[in-house]
Amino acid sequence: MSGDQNLLEVTNLAVRFTLGTTALAGGGKRYVNAVDGVSLSIPKGETLGLVGESGCGKSTTARAIAQLIKPFSGSVRLKGQELTTLGKVELVAARRHLQLVFQDPFASLNPRMSCGGIIAEPLRIYSHKGIIPMNSKEIVDRTIQLMDRVGLSPSFRNRFPHEFSGGQRQRIGIARALALNPELILCDEPVSALDVSIQAQILNLFRDLQDELGLSYLFIAHDLAVIEYISTRVAVMYLGRIVENSLSAELYLHPLHPYTQALLSSVPIPDPAIERARKRVRMEGDVPSLTQADQGCPFHDRCPGRMARCRTERPKLREASPGHEVACFLYHN
Amino acid sequence: MTDETILSVKELRTWFHGAEGIVKAVDGISFDLHRGEILGIVGESGSGKSVTNLSILKLIQSPPGYIESGEVLYGGQDLLKLSAEELRRVRGGRIAMIFQDPMTSLNPYLRISAQMIETIRLHQGLDRKAARIKAIDTLRLAGILMAEKRIDQYPHQFSGGMQQRVMIALALSCDPEILIADEPTSALDVTIQAQILDLIKDLNARLGMAVILISHSLGVVAGMCDTICVMYAGRIIERGPTDGLFENASHPYTQGLIKAVPRLDKKSGERLFSIPGQPPNPVGLGDSCAFHPRCDRTMDICRRQRPDPVDLGTGHFVSCWLHQEGHREVHP
Repeated sequence: MSGDQNLLEVTNLAVRFTLGTTALAGGGKRYVNAVDGVSLSIPKGETLGLVGESGCGKSTTARAIAQLIKPFSGSVRLKGQELTTLGKVELVAARRHLQLVFQDPFASLNPRMSCGGIIAEPLRIYSHKGIIPMNSKEIVDRTIQLMDRVGLSPSFRNRFPHEFSGGQRQRIGIARALALNPELILCDEPVSALDVSIQAQILNLFRDLQDELGLSYLFIAHDLAVIEYISTRVAVMYLGRIVENSLSAELYLHPLHPYTQALLSSVPIPDPAIERARKRVRMEGDVPSLTQADQGCPFHDRCPGRMARCRTERPKLREASPGHEVACFLYHN
Repeated sequence: MTDETILSVKELRTWFHGAEGIVKAVDGISFDLHRGEILGIVGESGSGKSVTNLSILKLIQSPPGYIESGEVLYGGQDLLKLSAEELRRVRGGRIAMIFQDPMTSLNPYLRISAQMIETIRLHQGLDRKAARIKAIDTLRLAGILMAEKRIDQYPHQFSGGMQQRVMIALALSCDPEILIADEPTSALDVTIQAQILDLIKDLNARLGMAVILISHSLGVVAGMCDTICVMYAGRIIERGPTDGLFENASHPYTQGLIKAVPRLDKKSGERLFSIPGQPPNPVGLGDSCAFHPRCDRTMDICRRQRPDPVDLGTGHFVSCWLHQEGHREVHP
């Protein structure tokens, strides 16, 4: 894949948080590399699923792509434009192509704004800044059109977030994200807070919108079955790094990294016969804290297939078969 | 699992006084728990799963909640009629409970040792030394390494999965006959969830302890439970042995729920089935079947009258007019 085909091209993205100074560290500052050299790309109209356990850096990656957190290093190119070096004004203009949908539909909507106001807010801001000039009639029309598109009755325009259920609120969040006609939506666990029957409705909405509007998604979830359903490609993250990246179908049929294998075998399947017959790849221990990471493979202390070199060397993400990348010494030297 | 019933819930109704009227959070629930059984209760948020289980130990805050009617029979007595003092002996002793969020269930100011030893001494009358030994043993049983050292640590020094193990150890420390686990793995990552579920299953097999497992995940109950109850709007709408329930799901809600979950073992090409609409407002549920506004096979009678459970054989019960004599023929 060459760079110009891809809507989003992220190279070697790193995000570092300061932990403050301690006497133990010799008075120097301590850091956590929450995202550590992540590269990924999303072609137009495709979905990249980003999966991993809590604290692996999924959300931080999304926020760094949107420049909500300043990356420590690396490059983020959206439609060929480098975002990391943009000034404030240019960044606002560039962000119209990139919107976010968040996990918690209770915390991500302003409780004092009406539903219509929330959806129209991006339109007002961009109109006010002269980036997308619209008059108020046009803004109202567009709001109604958006509500209709995400399955909300336009008569709810004057209601407030607390009057909506979780699924409906997530629809408001999606309508707001669609308002500026973005090409890329970063979805940070958008269905994790929803019940199963509502989750299916929202997942189908995401799919329909993609078919209709040619949207691209970076879709973050910790539920592997949800990721499989929605994604073209899947990247598996562990401790701030991508350890495996492949086409969705290929990843689920032939998971290569021991972590991916363990993750897949941990997902319960709603069928008692299958569930009884399954063999779990047991994984010992907990996700280690990022501050403990040493120079070896970040997964080595939990890995069932570890070798001596895993302790001292860090495997790079490389192709094991065409289009299927994995960072593990079991597959390349 | 044996045929001996150790806990029997009969027509339990737990209601709440709400601003808009009475909320019938649990409205006429009956089930039996057998010795050594793992019973699963599934349902979506607000369906009444947790309230059911809090009611068993009378842990409902009152007001606004109250138990309107019903019986919880355990060891020949109705738990709902016990005095506060008698109940205290059952809670945490013969019937123990673990909750979704282990961090908020443990006291952050106290060492694990203090929390466990207090419980053990209270229920078993052991002296401090013996209680400490017992506490270390149960921590080991729950899979905590170096238990003799870790027992003197504070909750924040444990990860989420380890805290849940501590909670399980705390629950096990008095050799309960019944463990009520309310969404024990929902706050945990999948790999840790698998470890905790394995642990609960293993303890059930080794100690013969019966478990009531509450979960919103069909996948979790499928792998764990002998029997499953599906709840919707405060009622059990379908109940049966796990295999039968999955193979032959008979309530349109259960069928929809099974189809609505994205599954790893199925091809993802086809569109996900989704149940239209939303769970009903719990205030003012009338006499109709609570699911009828979302059901694709609604009949006239569904709007007028609530269906009673029908036995489909082998202990599989469903509350749906489609399965009632005289209505079945109309809509196969």
